[in-house]
Amino acid sequence: MKSMWEYVCRFFGNTSKKRVGSQREILIITCVFVVLFIGMTGYLCYFTATSEQDMINNSYNSRQQILLSKNYRGSIFSRDGEVLAKTILDEEQKEKRVYPYDKLFSHVVGYSTKGRTGVEAIANYYLINTNISIGSKAANDVAGLKNPGDNVYTTLDVKLQEIADEQLNIYRGAIVVTEVSTGKVLAMVSHPNFDPNKIAQIWDSLIEDDSSSILVNRATSGLYPPGSTFKIITALEYIRQNPDTYQDYRYQCNGSFHLGNSKIGCYHGTKHGAVDLNKSFAKSCNSSFAGIGMSLDREAFSETLEELLFGEKLPITLSHAKSYVNIPTAGQDAEMMQTSIGQGKTQVTPMHMNMITCAIANDGILMKPYLVDRVENDEGKLIKSFKPESYGKLLDEEEADVLRLMMAEVVEEGTASKLSGLSYTAAGKTGSAEYNNVKGDSHAWFTGFAPVEDPEICVTIIVEGAGSGGDYAVPIAKRIFDAYFSAK
Amino acid sequence: MQEYIFELSRYLISLLVALFALLGLIALRHKPKENHGGFYAFQGLLIFAVQFLCFLNLALESRDMQYVFFYAFIQIFLFAAIMLVTMIYENVNRLLLNNMCMLLGIGLCMVARLSFAKAVRQYVIVLASLAFSLAIPYLLTRIRFWKKLTWLYASVGVTLLSVVLIFGEVTHGSKISFALAGITFQPSEFVKILFLFFLAGALWEDVSLKRVLLTALIAGIHVIILVISTDLGSALIFFVGYVAVVFISSRNYWYLIAGAAGGSAAAYLAYMLFDHVKIRVLAWQDPWSYIDNQGYQITQSLFAVGSGSWFGMGLLQGNPKAIPYVIADFIFSSICEELGVIVGICLILICLSCFVQIMQIAIRIHDRFYQMIVYGIGVMYIFQIFLTIGGGIKFIPLTGVTLPFISYGGSSVMTTMVMFFIVQGIYIRLQKEGGKHLVRKRKPQEGGNAAKENNTENAEKRDKG
Repeated sequence: MKSMWEYVCRFFGNTSKKRVGSQREILIITCVFVVLFIGMTGYLCYFTATSEQDMINNSYNSRQQILLSKNYRGSIFSRDGEVLAKTILDEEQKEKRVYPYDKLFSHVVGYSTKGRTGVEAIANYYLINTNISIGSKAANDVAGLKNPGDNVYTTLDVKLQEIADEQLNIYRGAIVVTEVSTGKVLAMVSHPNFDPNKIAQIWDSLIEDDSSSILVNRATSGLYPPGSTFKIITALEYIRQNPDTYQDYRYQCNGSFHLGNSKIGCYHGTKHGAVDLNKSFAKSCNSSFAGIGMSLDREAFSETLEELLFGEKLPITLSHAKSYVNIPTAGQDAEMMQTSIGQGKTQVTPMHMNMITCAIANDGILMKPYLVDRVENDEGKLIKSFKPESYGKLLDEEEADVLRLMMAEVVEEGTASKLSGLSYTAAGKTGSAEYNNVKGDSHAWFTGFAPVEDPEICVTIIVEGAGSGGDYAVPIAKRIFDAYFSAK
Repeated sequence: MQEYIFELSRYLISLLVALFALLGLIALRHKPKENHGGFYAFQGLLIFAVQFLCFLNLALESRDMQYVFFYAFIQIFLFAAIMLVTMIYENVNRLLLNNMCMLLGIGLCMVARLSFAKAVRQYVIVLASLAFSLAIPYLLTRIRFWKKLTWLYASVGVTLLSVVLIFGEVTHGSKISFALAGITFQPSEFVKILFLFFLAGALWEDVSLKRVLLTALIAGIHVIILVISTDLGSALIFFVGYVAVVFISSRNYWYLIAGAAGGSAAAYLAYMLFDHVKIRVLAWQDPWSYIDNQGYQITQSLFAVGSGSWFGMGLLQGNPKAIPYVIADFIFSSICEELGVIVGICLILICLSCFVQIMQIAIRIHDRFYQMIVYGIGVMYIFQIFLTIGGGIKFIPLTGVTLPFISYGGSSVMTTMVMFFIVQGIYIRLQKEGGKHLVRKRKPQEGGNAAKENNTENAEKRDKG
């Protein structure tokens, strides 16, 4: 410290030991300002290095228009190089955005006029910037042509997207397919959908129609009661709170669970008889899980849910809704029972459910889901590539292992048996989430992965108002798994 | 062809300005007696190269001949400034001179890009300021009664500020300017110099508590008038200048601590009392939530800096006019947008180079009166830069002051130039009298005249007392 001070003194030509005037004080003030300016310059560098994209993408920033007046939007490709969106210029350099697959990618690729959604929104910065060689730029300038924006290659798989879209058929709902080890989003479907080629013509009718929420990407922004898929989380919490004894859990199911005036019934009033934790889970026994929920320490449960990103923003760039859960404080048993089986006030997005499932399949580690794989300039030169990124541990490896086997049992002898006995093994959890008070009106859920031993893909499905998950969601999962494994 | 020039200039301008800034930092190590003519001539060459590239871009992009003419005029000015000053005063500080010319050049270029009419006015004022400033070193070395006018400085200063407060024009909610014969003055700028002369005059031979309190009263009047005029930036600059000068004149750390504590208390009070202060703090903490109103200015400034990124969008390729009052208060953001953040950082370094050089000069002065003036000029100069750049990039809350030499504003550029030439005058005087063998032999106790030695003695007595 002292030698540094001497160095500063020497720098100021102040080598004499004897102090004249207020040299020391002047030095101190000088150093204070120099440090202040180093801090400010550091902040400026940090801001510049981290904020360029956010700044350009902000719709309040008029500089987007400047870029768009010089460049035309780049193309968006699937993982195997199929064009998902491109811009065609007519002779007067007027732009037209074309989506060759019409409705198929309406939500995930999105649109770029009338606001921006999907990949068009998250990759906007790359699409409107150009990195073509200076030679081409100069040539375009002379010819009075616009420069092509950079091209974006997504992680999306056309084949899986087609299967998912076809399987969801006329139903409303959503399907998310991700790669477990990387977090790559392979398919993302939301129904009802629309044709982004005609967005200008149909815009008015789309926004007037508030019954179908057609513009909402249900996969990321649709909030649904999780139904029995939530039992994954209730079970996880039970294992956490009873690490040594959860295997000794026993319950006698008579088709319903009573506490005070509240009652929880099993689906269609089925009596499951004597069950342990695995069987309660495989058979999706509401009565058993209501009891488990009542036994849990609620504060710890709340913490777990927070770790699992309930009420938080998800680590994805697509715009999305936050899932909601409320663990009631002491008392309010009726609500606690409902919450334990995924009913009540709890709401999740399919994307969130997919991420939790992925983490279970990936030894507890959540890979951040992502859609943009790389950016190339118009001449095919790589500009930027995106690597898989880990978000961190959502649960312990042992916990993930236990849940993985429990979910495998759901397929082997539980509600997802339509997935058993195939060329690959699968695991998952079904759900039939009641969404109004009329019995039997339920959304069909399935969230799961395959193969069990070394999970590769993770599929989350919700079919609105279809019925039970086992009957309506599981067959869709089977077709998607089939398509994925047959293509390998 | 044009594309190649635009693309190349983006990098070349950054490179040249960076080289200039680097040399400016290296030059801080030069000893006053050494001859570095070639070094500074090369630095001067860089100024002209940067000017050429900037105006080449402006002219090519706009296809407007006005930039070509303006370019010629600026080059004549810069050339004349460097030649005249070095010819008239051979002992002039070349680093300060070069830095000033670089900043003025970039400033005029940027103002021309934002508003050509205003650039012409600015040019005329810069020219007049130089003509006036050229006489300052001469006056400083000839006139000996500067120290005797202490109370005149204070009364003229307070009067000027009061006149503005009472009769001033309200612009953007602040009363800071005053129109006379069609020319708008911003007296708080000129009063800075008077204020420093007052402080130096009042404190150079007596820093008893009584004296300090008396000056605190006068300084307080200055600051309060400025606060009432809602010229918060200037109020802060005066306050910081006062505390800093009292600190070095008394060498008493308690004054520094008391100043910091008093300043914080006053800031808190202002925050509680005035809505416009609250709004500025609010807009600083979270501008994005108030993007449509209170946060509009700062977010637009951030857009400019962020969109420009390291190498900028190129002159005339961005949209800096989206920032309200860009030409005076946010010119730094517009430079970052079009010339790039690297150029912005280099400008910060050039300003720092000026500041450190001024402080190095202050350290060598034995006459406490002049030492305090030079030091005060350094502190006020650098603090103003901190306020305007820090405010523009959301490092600190916005106060709305100009960037010296670069922003549009006649009073600002004239004041800063006068300040620089006061430093030059004192520097020249230092080289000439007493300073000569003082510098050569580095035996400060032998240098100086009788009065100066008395000074030192006085100072030492005070230390003990």
